[in-house]
Amino acid sequence: MNIIVFALLALLAITAVAIARLRELWAAIMFTGIYSFLSASWMMILDAPDVAFTEAAVGAGISTVLMLSTMALTGQGEDIPRKSSWMPILIVVVTGATLVYGTLDMPALGAPDAPVQLYPSPSYVERSVEDMHGLPNVVTALLASYRGYDTLGETTVVLTAGIAVLLILRRDPKEASATEPSAGDEPA
Amino acid sequence: MTLETIAGLYNYWMVIFLMMTGFYIVLARKNLIKSVIGLNIFQTSVFLLYITMGKVNNGTAPIIPPAIVEAQKSAHESHAGAAAGGVAEHGAGVAEHGAGVAEHGAVVAEHGAGAAEAVHAAGDIVYSNPLPSVLMLTAIVVGIATTALALALVVRIREDYGTVDEERILELDRGE
Repeated sequence: MNIIVFALLALLAITAVAIARLRELWAAIMFTGIYSFLSASWMMILDAPDVAFTEAAVGAGISTVLMLSTMALTGQGEDIPRKSSWMPILIVVVTGATLVYGTLDMPALGAPDAPVQLYPSPSYVERSVEDMHGLPNVVTALLASYRGYDTLGETTVVLTAGIAVLLILRRDPKEASATEPSAGDEPA
Repeated sequence: MTLETIAGLYNYWMVIFLMMTGFYIVLARKNLIKSVIGLNIFQTSVFLLYITMGKVNNGTAPIIPPAIVEAQKSAHESHAGAAAGGVAEHGAGVAEHGAGVAEHGAVVAEHGAGAAEAVHAAGDIVYSNPLPSVLMLTAIVVGIATTALALALVVRIREDYGTVDEERILELDRGE
């Protein structure tokens, strides 16, 4: 086992715990960016450079900016933990133990005969160059062609989310004073 | 529990640890922005779970080297040529000029055999599974869309309630 992987995993765990323990929201958001970047590095080691690039750009970049701007708009940097903190820990430990018990049946890491590897991945790798007229990146071929409808659905989701954000944040100056008392129905 | 089992499963345990940390943040914090952070951590751990499953021992990223792509392309072309040659040979007994085409087809077929050997030599490269990468690329983009929506709702809640503290919001709801 690689020493770099161990260092990376230790850093990931420390960052996650730090985010859970930090009271200051600003620092927690910064640590979220670091966490995203570390997980992108781990994805790079796990042979998924495309996902690593996207995670570094979206997770460490865009989502950090979005959270910082939300914090600036709400203007509340402090986070007070709940009084009784043993109940969440109990739930989390029990759930985690159940999941760990579930992993005992999983195929070992990197096993070439794991069910995931048997079908249909080899056929994609074998056929994509011929099907895509010499496109070297199999992930691109899969994303844009074999699973093109997935990508179409994804763009639909992004469009819907964009419209929804615009509608939620829109402030009509005429209605602003009139709808102020009755606007409380939305967050319920 | 042997050392081998641990070496084969430690990635999953790491993923579960990160997932549970995110879950804990969602449960134990009452600031709404902090909840969104917890959901983000949870989400990233799911990405890592999928990527971990796609890894193959001694594998490399599923990007085929340009040399092999070239060889495979020319092999493909000459394969088509050879097929045409076969048809022409069949027709050689019927038409005279078909023989010339068949010869040409044989030359291309030879060239194709050389290219196929090159492909075979380079075919020992082990690629990791591209499918989890593709699924997670989609999931990341959908994830940022939902995060943006959640944060917009937080901003809206702050406008109406004047706070992003979950318990305070519930108190205001009960009091009104």
